[in-house]
Amino acid sequence: MQFALMIYHTPEEFDMRKNDYSDPHLGAWRAYYRALADAGVYVGADALEVPETGTTVRLRDGKRRVQDGPYADTKEQLAGFIILELPSVDAALEWAARCPGASIGAVEVRPLAKEALRRGFTG
Amino acid sequence: MNGSNQEDTHRTVERVARESYGRLVAYLSVHTHDLASAEDALSNALVSALSHWPQDGVPQNPEAWLLTAARHSLIDAIRHQKVVLASEPTVQLLKEDFTEAALSKEFPDERLKLLFVCAHPAIDHAMHTPLMLQTVLGLDAARIAQAFLIAPKTMGQRLFRAKTKMRSGGIPFEIPQERDLPKRLDAVLEAIYAAFGIGWGDMAGGDQRGRDLAEEATWLARVLLQLMPGEAEVQGLLALMLHCEARRPARRGPDGRYIPLSEQNPNRWSVPLIEEAERHLTEAFKLGRSGRFQLEAAIQSVHAERAHWPD
Repeated sequence: MQFALMIYHTPEEFDMRKNDYSDPHLGAWRAYYRALADAGVYVGADALEVPETGTTVRLRDGKRRVQDGPYADTKEQLAGFIILELPSVDAALEWAARCPGASIGAVEVRPLAKEALRRGFTG
Repeated sequence: MNGSNQEDTHRTVERVARESYGRLVAYLSVHTHDLASAEDALSNALVSALSHWPQDGVPQNPEAWLLTAARHSLIDAIRHQKVVLASEPTVQLLKEDFTEAALSKEFPDERLKLLFVCAHPAIDHAMHTPLMLQTVLGLDAARIAQAFLIAPKTMGQRLFRAKTKMRSGGIPFEIPQERDLPKRLDAVLEAIYAAFGIGWGDMAGGDQRGRDLAEEATWLARVLLQLMPGEAEVQGLLALMLHCEARRPARRGPDGRYIPLSEQNPNRWSVPLIEEAERHLTEAFKLGRSGRFQLEAAIQSVHAERAHWPD
C-alpha cells in the first residue's frame, strides 16, 4: 500500500533554503532519496515553496474568501511530501525516522486512501 | 421457555462470551482489520444466542455457533453499507473460509496478533490498555472510562478513533519480526501492567471496580503466557501481579485504612497465590533472560518470604 510522508519544517528550516542548503543538510536529503530509490519504494515526491507564498481560498455563502497565507497558522508548516510503496505502517515509520526532515521539524505518515476511494474521485 | 432455563442460558452465554470474546473478535478482524465491525457482529451473535439457545438448547460447540452467527452478521453489515467501496473482496474473503470454520471445531487463535496491534507504536500510547480491555476482554467503554477517570463519551470517541486507525492506517495484524519483538512485547506487557496498576491504585476501601480491573489484567497476562510460554518477561509479569494479589486481603484494615507492607499480617496473605507466583518466577529464571518485571517480581518474592517466618 502507499503512504505519504508529509514533511513539516520549522521557520529555521525554511530559512536554510535561502542559503541554497549549502550545508550537510542537502547531502542528507540526497542520500535519503538515493536510499529510497535503491530500496525500490519511491513513488513520487515534491517540495513546496515557503508558507508565506501560500494563499487560502474558502467559498462561503457563495462568496469567495481569499486569504493571504497558509491554511493553518502554526509554527511548523508543510514543506513537501514523499509517496512511498510499502507493506505496512511499520516500514513507513522506519523511513520517516530516517528522513532528514524528522530531525528538526516533523514527518507525518499517513496512508493514501484506498484505491477504490481514489478512483471514485477521479472517475 | 421457563425462567430458570433462561437464567441458565444467560449464564452460559456470559461464560462463553467471557472465555471466547477475544478469540472471536481477533479471528473476525484479522483479515479485515476492522475491529469495530467485528465487535458489532459478535454483539449481534450474542443477542441472537440469548433468543435461540433457550428454545433450541445450548449448541454442542457454542463458540462455533457464535462464530457462524457473527460472520453472517458481518457479511450482512458489509452488504448494507451505503458506501460499498471495494466491499466485494472482503465479502468474498469472509465467505471463503466461512464453511470451513463453521464445520471445524478449531479456529486459529489470533489474540496474540490483536494484543500486538493494540500496543502498536502508531497507536496513541494512552490507548494501548483501553484497547486491550475492550477488544480482547470485551469490557464496555463506560466501564473502561470509569477506571481511567474520564467521561464515557470521551473514552468511546478515543476508542473509535484508535479503531479507525487500526482499520485504515496500514497497521499489520501480525506478530512482530524477531528484530522488533523485544520492544513490541514491552509495550504489550506495559499495557497489561497499567491495567493492573489502575485496578490496584483504585482500590480505595476494597472498591469492587478496582478489584475487577486487576483481575482482568491478570487474566490478560495468563492469556499472553498461554500464547508465549517461552518469554521470560511474560512469566515475570504474571509472577509480579500474583505476588501483589496474594497480599490484597492484608492491604486494608477493617476500617478501610491502608496498611503498609511492613505492618501487614502475613497470615492474611494468600499462600496458593504466592506459590503460583514463585512457580512462574522460577520458570522465568530458567529461561535465563532477565528483565524489569522479573526483577520486580523477585523483590516481591523476598517480601513474601515473611509468610513463612514463625510469628
